Amino acid sequence: MKNFLFLFRADQFVAAKGSPEEMQATTQSWMDWIGSIAAQNNLVDRGNRLNAAGKVVRPNNVVTDGPYTEIKETLGGYTLIKAASMEEAVEIAKGCPIYKIGGNVEVREIDEM
Amino acid sequence: MQENELIPHLFRTEYSKITAVLCSLFGFEHIEIAEDIASDTFLSASEIWGLKGLPENPVAWLYTVAKNKAKNTLKHQAVFHNKIVKQLNYDAQRADNIEIDLSPRNIQDSQLQMIFAVCHPAIQAEAQIGLALRVLCGFGISEIADAFLTGKDTINKRLLRAKERLRAEQIKIEMPPEAELGSRLEAVLRTLYLLFNEGYYSASYNTTLRKDLCFEAMRLTLLLIENDSTNQPAVNALLSLMCFQASRFEARTGENGETILYNDQDISLWDQELIGRGKQFLSHASKGTTLSKYHIEAAIACCHTNREDSQEKWDNILQLYTHLLQLEYSPVAALNRAYALAKARGKTQALAEARQLQLTDHPQYHILLGELYTGIDNQKAISHLKTALGLTRSSADKAILSGKIAHLEAGTYRS
Repeated sequence: MKNFLFLFRADQFVAAKGSPEEMQATTQSWMDWIGSIAAQNNLVDRGNRLNAAGKVVRPNNVVTDGPYTEIKETLGGYTLIKAASMEEAVEIAKGCPIYKIGGNVEVREIDEM
Repeated sequence: MQENELIPHLFRTEYSKITAVLCSLFGFEHIEIAEDIASDTFLSASEIWGLKGLPENPVAWLYTVAKNKAKNTLKHQAVFHNKIVKQLNYDAQRADNIEIDLSPRNIQDSQLQMIFAVCHPAIQAEAQIGLALRVLCGFGISEIADAFLTGKDTINKRLLRAKERLRAEQIKIEMPPEAELGSRLEAVLRTLYLLFNEGYYSASYNTTLRKDLCFEAMRLTLLLIENDSTNQPAVNALLSLMCFQASRFEARTGENGETILYNDQDISLWDQELIGRGKQFLSHASKGTTLSKYHIEAAIACCHTNREDSQEKWDNILQLYTHLLQLEYSPVAALNRAYALAKARGKTQALAEARQLQLTDHPQYHILLGELYTGIDNQKAISHLKTALGLTRSSADKAILSGKIAHLEAGTYRS
């Protein structure tokens, strides 16, 4: 088994626009998805959601608000899973509810070396 | 109580106390001597009480006789002079003065120390349970064999190996040092949890024995709660779980020992007092910041004390199982989560996930798929139930499965 990092990216404004009922449904579908990963013994760490506000520190002490370079693809959170192969990890990622709001999941194998 | 019931009853309650006190005095390496003295005490009781009638206070009589026998052993056995008496720093000539303290306080302390010794991580789980039943609960070898559905020889060998291991590891009968208490307590809870489950889910048809196993597990857990240093949230959570499960004892077994499934149980037989105690312990358990798997399992069991189905209830149970799986994965929890998913989100979604679990060696996996396929594809349901029938060891499960298959095949099954 190898570990993979799921990076969740989405347009944060789309995600925030839903009604309370829609947000409740979203929360539930995320919990169900994480639950199904745990049920198959593939979950390593459910990870965290990231607050939208942030800063980017650049060379020469340049600090900017952001990262808003690509507003449609704000990093919104991460989860750590384990899978036998990249293919299996990708299959698991296909169940993520983020696609409903046009987001994406970046799947990266953790280099253990 | 009838005279012929009194000795077995006292044996169950007093044998382990006498053994614990003597054993903590002599050390684990001499556990057989402690057991022999305790057994011998009961042998004397059965002979003398039979001839002379019952003493006024049978328990006090047993303690006095046990003390005398222990003192005699200390005096006469050469082994003891050389090995123990020296260690204990007693003057062999004055063995009469040796204090064998059978006060309630010392009995409790000794039993607590014994729990920690028996549940030492150096011993295998199965042997721990056997040893716990023998020395902490006073069960006979044949009863233990019956509970494990195995022969007396196997149990004797298992106990012997466990005792040898305790000696080889030089495990002391004492409370673990402060720094180790947490991890050692965790090991103890794991054993008590297994002991309870051994009784609750045992394939054995002997229902009285199964209940005894559960109540002994509860008694030992309560012993931990009654002691300040071990009265921790996880212990309360475990006892809460046990109370909720035990509340259904009368309802879950029919007149002929057959299992009655949760949904078919007569709710009026659920023990409301135990349910109340369970809620009490659960609220004690919620003090502090630790969340053990017992907390979550107790919370799930608490949801099941109300049989009415509601979306909210099954949403709760589903999330609790998800949480449990994150704390500690187990196939049983994964299967239970799939069942909760069916209740909360419908059979189709649950079926898709359950199939992915691929726990094909587990009878419970096929029982679940049989349940989920029922009404969707009855042929597949029958096929999974038949696979489960071939895999299960439990005669209670077999009876239920055969009944369900027959109904499905005749087209008379209603879920």
